[in-house]
Amino acid sequence: MRRFLDRYWYAYAMVLPVVVVTAVLVLIPLVQGIYFTFTDINEANIANPLLDRVAGYVSVGFRNYANVLSGDSSYGSFWATLLRTVIWTFCCVFLHVTIGLGLALLLNRPMRARALYRVLLILPWAVPAFISSFAWKYMFNSQFGIINQTLRALGLPEPVWLGQSNLALVAVIIVNVWVGVPFNMIALLGGLQSIPGDLYEAAEIDGATPWQRFRHVTLPGLRSVTSTVVLLGVIWTFNMFAVIYLVTGMNPYTRTLITYAFERFFAGASRDYAVASTYGALILSVLLVFALFYRGVLRRQGETL
Amino acid sequence: MTVDAAALRAAGQEAAAGNRGRASRAKRSRLASVGLHGALITASLVAVFPVFWVLVTSFKPDARAVEATPSLFNESSLDNYVDVLSGQRGNFLAWFGNSVLIALLTTVLGVFLSATTGYAVSRFRFPGHRSLLLGFLVMQMFPFAVLIVPLYNILIALGLQGTTFGLVLVYCTTAVPFCTYMLKGYFDTIPVDIDEAGRVDGLSPFGVFWRLVLPLARPGLAVTAFYSFLTAWGEVAFASALLSAADESKTLAVGLQVFSQQNRTEWGHLAAASILVAIPAVLVFYLVQRFLVSGLASGGVKG
Repeated sequence: MRRFLDRYWYAYAMVLPVVVVTAVLVLIPLVQGIYFTFTDINEANIANPLLDRVAGYVSVGFRNYANVLSGDSSYGSFWATLLRTVIWTFCCVFLHVTIGLGLALLLNRPMRARALYRVLLILPWAVPAFISSFAWKYMFNSQFGIINQTLRALGLPEPVWLGQSNLALVAVIIVNVWVGVPFNMIALLGGLQSIPGDLYEAAEIDGATPWQRFRHVTLPGLRSVTSTVVLLGVIWTFNMFAVIYLVTGMNPYTRTLITYAFERFFAGASRDYAVASTYGALILSVLLVFALFYRGVLRRQGETL
Repeated sequence: MTVDAAALRAAGQEAAAGNRGRASRAKRSRLASVGLHGALITASLVAVFPVFWVLVTSFKPDARAVEATPSLFNESSLDNYVDVLSGQRGNFLAWFGNSVLIALLTTVLGVFLSATTGYAVSRFRFPGHRSLLLGFLVMQMFPFAVLIVPLYNILIALGLQGTTFGLVLVYCTTAVPFCTYMLKGYFDTIPVDIDEAGRVDGLSPFGVFWRLVLPLARPGLAVTAFYSFLTAWGEVAFASALLSAADESKTLAVGLQVFSQQNRTEWGHLAAASILVAIPAVLVFYLVQRFLVSGLASGGVKG
């Protein structure tokens, strides 16, 4: 024990602040939140220290899970919402990575004004989410938005982007792609520049075409970066609340698991903390299953995470 | 998890890439060059346009901002800015001060916490370091905003509910997991030889970290600072739930909701306020951007 502490005490001292803060502000709320999923807690029966009211909620076993998983529309049509969340996540992450990679490949070439392009292309990352949401909501407005004004000038049809249709989902995907591409672009650009140049020279001497070089040098060289970017991208996009909520509000056509959890949490007279927490627990389970599955796929390809 | 360290190195290696590529630039045909610049200019326009359009709108009166014909200038003036800054619709300057204070505290504390943790998991194979990293990954999977109720109770128990410091701690828990990953990756690229040389010269493990490794990791720290700053700067849900409801203790992100209520958005005023909020964030971004390039070009961290 003595030797153990001698060897590691400074490592533990360095992680201690983070462990204490996360234990108190993440772990305890998380455990309590999971406990809530087995109760009927809401605004009316929660303990309220200001009103001197004690907690009046009772345990309901697995009823919340049964209600939510039944897919009933009064509990957010779980399965349909899950499907929409998966579509949303897939489209966003796919476009993030492909557009990010495309731009990174362009930026990786020597040329004039490269630093300027890079600054301009990263800009969306620096804009707070509620401002970019406002900007896009304004541009997507069907009457005075610049997008429809442009379409009108070109004689094209002017759709109602943010109305009650699947077009609203398309619109929020566009917004989220705009928000998320810079991070992916920079991460992939870093990955590209860490691929040794002599690999390309060797491939060129062997007579590889540009496509073959991309396929057999660039993509394998990027694999560790892309696997991380995709995993983080899926987690972040799955839980992306601000963009959807601020652009379309409580539109059922853009409802994802997380926005529905918020709807239950914030909206209505009886803030339903129990169902919101249940959705939180289900989101965590879905992402855990995905992460395990993803790690398995990577491991089969000889990568570790 | 090497992505971020690699990304950070990107800027520094461009100088080298530039030299290597001079020959190939000559080789590129005129058509390819036009295509390359054309694609990048288009992408840059898409990236910048929404911000530019908010800027244009911020000078228009609310009634002109919703006209059905687009125009760059339409009775444009600084009136919106004057209204917002003079505090007609709430104490903008107080909100601004609160946001700056909260964002700066989050940045300092977030960078400190993730640097120590990132260094420990990068250098020491202490029992539990893997589960710590795994825990950070899992932490990002749960939508913590639905935990506002338990969080609220804990902050009351700690006497931090409604205080700036309580909110800063909450922001740190959201920023630190990713920042730790980022900095761990960065510390991994700094050769361990440097630590060992420091120990031979009689520095304590903390001394090595503080005096040798941290200065070398400045670019990584800059990106971490940027990330922490942004986490706190634009956040709405926690800020509205965990700060006291008094107008003068709101943050910008919360206070600005006043411009878009009851289905009647004051687009011109909201745009002006948005620009005022975006300026500090873009400023921090620009500083980091420059720091990255200069800090990495010196080559100190490439080992």
